[in-house]
Amino acid sequence: MLPSLVPLLPTENDWITFDIPSLAQNFWSATFDGLTFGAIYALVALGYTLVYGVLNLINFAHSEVFIVGCYAVFFTLSSLGFGPSAPRLDIWAIILNLLLALVLAMLASAVTAFLLERIAYKPLRKRNAPRLVFLITAIGASFTIQYLIYLWRGPSPELALTMFRPTPIFDVFGTIVDSQQLVIIIAAVIMMVGIDRFISKSRTGRGIRAVAQDPDTATLMGVNKERIIITTFVIGGLLAGAAALFYVMKIPSGVQYSGGFVLGIKAFAAAVLGGIGNVRGALLGGLLLGLIGNYGQILLGNSQWTDVVAFVVLVLVLLLRPEGILGTSLGRSKA
Amino acid sequence: MYRKKVLTSLAAAATFSMLLSACANQAGPGTTESSGSSSKVNIPAISKVDVPSGAVLPAGDGKGSCPSSTTIAYAGAQTGPNAQLGVNIFNGVQLAVDQHNRANPGCQVQFKKFDTEGDPNKATGPVTQMVSEQDIVGVIGLPFSGESKATGNIFEQKGLVHITPSATNPGLTENGWTTFFRGLGNDAVQGPAAAKFLTGKIGAKKVYLVQDDSDYGIGLGTSTSAGLGSALTGTEKVTTGQKDFSAVISKIMNAKADAVYYAGYYAEGAPFAQQLVGKGFTGTFVGPDGVKDDQFIKQAGDASNNAYFTCPCLPGELIPDFASAYKEISKGAEPGTYSIEGYDAATVLLSGIDAGKQSRADLLAWVKAYDKDGLSKHYKWDAKGELQAPTVYGYKVENGKIVPVGPIG
Repeated sequence: MLPSLVPLLPTENDWITFDIPSLAQNFWSATFDGLTFGAIYALVALGYTLVYGVLNLINFAHSEVFIVGCYAVFFTLSSLGFGPSAPRLDIWAIILNLLLALVLAMLASAVTAFLLERIAYKPLRKRNAPRLVFLITAIGASFTIQYLIYLWRGPSPELALTMFRPTPIFDVFGTIVDSQQLVIIIAAVIMMVGIDRFISKSRTGRGIRAVAQDPDTATLMGVNKERIIITTFVIGGLLAGAAALFYVMKIPSGVQYSGGFVLGIKAFAAAVLGGIGNVRGALLGGLLLGLIGNYGQILLGNSQWTDVVAFVVLVLVLLLRPEGILGTSLGRSKA
Repeated sequence: MYRKKVLTSLAAAATFSMLLSACANQAGPGTTESSGSSSKVNIPAISKVDVPSGAVLPAGDGKGSCPSSTTIAYAGAQTGPNAQLGVNIFNGVQLAVDQHNRANPGCQVQFKKFDTEGDPNKATGPVTQMVSEQDIVGVIGLPFSGESKATGNIFEQKGLVHITPSATNPGLTENGWTTFFRGLGNDAVQGPAAAKFLTGKIGAKKVYLVQDDSDYGIGLGTSTSAGLGSALTGTEKVTTGQKDFSAVISKIMNAKADAVYYAGYYAEGAPFAQQLVGKGFTGTFVGPDGVKDDQFIKQAGDASNNAYFTCPCLPGELIPDFASAYKEISKGAEPGTYSIEGYDAATVLLSGIDAGKQSRADLLAWVKAYDKDGLSKHYKWDAKGELQAPTVYGYKVENGKIVPVGPIG
């Protein structure tokens, strides 16, 4: 018996080692890549957080709302002639193509989110189903959409499209920041600011916060709860669709039936990290999770560590602050 | 009103980002090309290979006779992320079976396929089903190392002979299996040959080794890094199914490596190469047999230009008779990686059936004692099931096609 156990014992190479020189050397590139991913997580996390704020429902099928957006990007761009090689088009042609893909992806995701709400959740709400039933339905809806895509497209990832070949824009301590990272970070940040202002300032935003705080009182005050709920889902879908474009830009080979699953879990974790139900929490959580995962991966010398590090930090933060970093709920937040 | 504002700002954000990206794109191709052409190595392609003159062909002497239920089978990927590697093989097997059956009216061998998706976790089901079908007397497969490791015992228990045309992990023959035979050189041969190729013909001074977490990638990575010695500047691991390689790539760029060897399959190798070139890497990308497929070119696009491969496989497309017959089976596609190895392995089994070895035990004994030339090389196995004296070839991408550059060790 004993000899067969020997290979199970860790050898010298299996111990966890901290590669600090490597982290120092790659710090800035890890930072910019981390922010890029963080921005994408944050956009998806907003969908989780808004729905949770309004319905107290963890919408596990949101990852599929996102992946539908990725497929919309893929089909739009591939039918416009994009392929794995860098496109030979002039500036304006690419801008128009990508804008079209953005709009269609946002539409596709929003429609998916809308249908999801109408088909999976509204009937349950009408019957006053217990909260657990919503959760199971969400998981069921997630798998249903995932495997519908599987039946349609098969298990293989779609062809990886190159939208444009990133070029260096500027230099930070010897690390090149390229156009792709800048596009994603800046566009995502503008969208986040937009959605934050929308929630805090607009009439619909106020309605969303009112329903999140106290649905019954909100209804008495003349807020149309059903309309607010559907709007929340649609906003989440629109943001997921935008995230889909950036995701496919960053990871072209990620368009696969199961491609949204892990990203969805991470975005959900980002929402929890920042404080679920809190819009700014989702933004902060997303960016932090992106950064931590990337640093951890380089520090521990292996990309398999990305998720481990990200989730260990999540657990540690929640041990100290169970309500998440920013904590407050959507309803009470003044933001 | 506020909603309008939000929409405007969203649109502004999008427009802005597109502008940025477009500027980037314009500058893109120019810069990569100019820096690329100066540092790229170029090894000329070869146009013919030698075929053993007395090679055994599936047709045999045309006098074979066997029960109509006699079946050989293929187990391996038909779908899944690395499906093309399996398709190359079973088309080769299909060709051998067709040629055999056409020439031998008295022996119509059936051919069955079992899909594993190339996944060790999914392979045991189809293989268990396969070994329980008594009409199956011999098997071609499994193509990948991980799934071969997971299923070797099932074949062993039922005494069913199987020849893998492509699984190269050296450890597979260390399990004491008597039914496992490897129809090509293993990675203890490919790794050192790859190292020699990288530092010799390609002339790399700083090689970065990236390996995946499959049995194949780990084994090949280990044997290659041993051969590289001081030319190895760093090693990185990636995961099967990984989509994002930015951290690995930033390490490679910071290490200023002039060549990258990717020990793994094209499913990850193609997006990796695409992202690597996208980040401005101008060195040479070299992949092993698991990457050497047209799918790599298709998926990586122009990032595959001037990529090189190492492979313990013969360029079947340079054998005219084989290539033209293969195209009839494959609907016009050229023979791929391991097509000819699949064909040869099937020939070994078919010639046994023609010689009257039509039970599992007899066919197993036949393969054990086999000592003849096939189209790709001489087939004679040692007691563990390793082939004697295999060859490793170098290949490269030229004008969107994979072409051989000759033996490399």
